[in-house]
Amino acid sequence: MKKLLILGAGTGGTIMANKMRKVLERDEWDITIVDQFKTHYYQPGFLFIPFGMYKKNDVIKPKSDFFPVGLNVIYSKIDKIEPENNRVLLEEGVVLNYDYLIIATGTRTAPEETPGLKGDLWYKDIFDFYTIEGALALADYFKTWKGGKLVVNIAELPYKCPVAPLEFVFFADAFFTERGLRDKVEITYVTPLPGAFTKPRATKMLGELLKDKNIHIIPDFNIAEVDNVNKKIIDYAGVEVPFDCLVSVPTNMGDPMIERSGMGDELNFVPTDKYTLQSQKAENIFVIGDAANVPTSKAGSVVHFEADILQENLMCAIEGRPFTAKFDGHANCYIETGYGKGTLIDFNYDTEPLAGSFPFPGIGPFGLLKVSRMNHYGKLIFRWIYWHILLKGKEMPIDSEMQMAGKKL
Amino acid sequence: MATKTIAGISVDVSGEGYMNDPSQWTKEIATEIAKEEGIDLTEKHFELISWIRTKVMSGEALTIRGIGKSGIVDIKEFYQLFPGAPLKKATKISGVPKPASCI
Ligand SMILES: Cc1cc2nc3c(=O)[nH]c(=O)nc-3n(C[C@H](O)[C@H](O)[C@H](O)COP(=O)(O)OP(=O)(O)OC[C@H]3O[C@@H](n4cnc5c(N)ncnc54)[C@H](O)[C@@H]3O)c2cc1C
Repeated sequence: MKKLLILGAGTGGTIMANKMRKVLERDEWDITIVDQFKTHYYQPGFLFIPFGMYKKNDVIKPKSDFFPVGLNVIYSKIDKIEPENNRVLLEEGVVLNYDYLIIATGTRTAPEETPGLKGDLWYKDIFDFYTIEGALALADYFKTWKGGKLVVNIAELPYKCPVAPLEFVFFADAFFTERGLRDKVEITYVTPLPGAFTKPRATKMLGELLKDKNIHIIPDFNIAEVDNVNKKIIDYAGVEVPFDCLVSVPTNMGDPMIERSGMGDELNFVPTDKYTLQSQKAENIFVIGDAANVPTSKAGSVVHFEADILQENLMCAIEGRPFTAKFDGHANCYIETGYGKGTLIDFNYDTEPLAGSFPFPGIGPFGLLKVSRMNHYGKLIFRWIYWHILLKGKEMPIDSEMQMAGKKL
Repeated sequence: MATKTIAGISVDVSGEGYMNDPSQWTKEIATEIAKEEGIDLTEKHFELISWIRTKVMSGEALTIRGIGKSGIVDIKEFYQLFPGAPLKKATKISGVPKPASCI
């Protein structure tokens, strides 16, 4: 029997398990997936929790609900990969050999990377919403918060779902307005980027939205430390921003297992060919999702588009053919802007987010770089699609490759 | 693509004044661009510039974290050498393209 091993049963690992089980013969191929947790978290839902829009139960399901028949599942912590021996060691000393390996271990938040962030005020006046624990703690805090300086800070690039902290401040604006507290809450968005986003047109559009909603932005801010005593964040240039409540997107890093395996860059992301998704370390190792260092957004939509490419290229490798699929960096993100509305961006390695309609040119129903009620429904529907279609690796009416039709230059 | 004469040499630059072709760079060019940015280059600057050029020309991405781990400066010192927007200024003076921030 030949062996395909998948590390991580989050978005990418689960999709690949479903796709590969369909195309690899059961009597020739063993497929095994390993994850440390039995619960699958719908991470995009974390954003809604602090504002009481989702509860814990809305974002969790057993991972086993999404696995295909004929998949070996192991719940264990992965200790390390030994690429030269084609094997993986698990924590309890279990050894798994493989012919092909897919790394899908994602990214995690590393608040310990910023001095003072995980200090005395952690989960008292300082929170994150990228973990279920942080999102729930913040929901409790907001229930009784009387207002003050709300500072949202991104520690470092890259971080997953680059629009999530923007959505957070848009939601906060609406949430405190609805509670009649908005005049007591000063919202400041503090980012290492030179503006609201990276690319010119999206930055302009989102920057104007911030302004309309009276949310201050402090760009080019690289956080050096958090002063817990005087309640302020300080950057390397000495700029200080005081807060009453700090919501942080801590440094995002790949799992320490990647570092132990000697397979990561300075943030433990795995050097990966951005077109083929093959690891740069070994020909029989492929990488999908947030774990890879490819220069596009770390987002569920990207994972979904990558999965089509990875399936094709993995079959090429297995059958000894040259790679035929090429990933273009396609990302597609719904952005909540508050008050039941949203916007949408669609882009890839070479094309910045442009205005237009999606997915059907001229028809939509979604509007690119426009604020509309429909785009908000798109985001809500995404949760249903995620659980019922995406994780199971089923077909969606959206091309993996970004389309120019429907976009305005 | 625009050209600009810096320190007597004609080089290709982007709209924002970053050099497009790192091989056209000389120490004199660096000194001249640094002056426009209000920086007097020291030995330490040149040591870091050379590290940056090697890194970029071998196709690796440049980050503030990476520079902090270069063994030449820590991040605080990097800010002191190139005050304000260190990564932008340092790359401009090093004659390499503006670093793309992908998120
Ligand atoms: C607040 C928030 C909002 C978001 N919003 C959106 C959105 O609107 N749209 C969108 O497209 N994306 C969004 N995302 C991003 C999206 O959730 C991720 O990009 C996606 O889930 C990444 O999938 P992945 O398979 O790479 O990693 P993950 O789904 O994170 O899976 C990684 C898995 O690996 C396991 N693992 C890691 N290390 C080990 C180890 N050593 N041993 C055992 N198991 C291990 C983990 O337990 C985990 O199950 C959001 C994320 C957050 C946090």
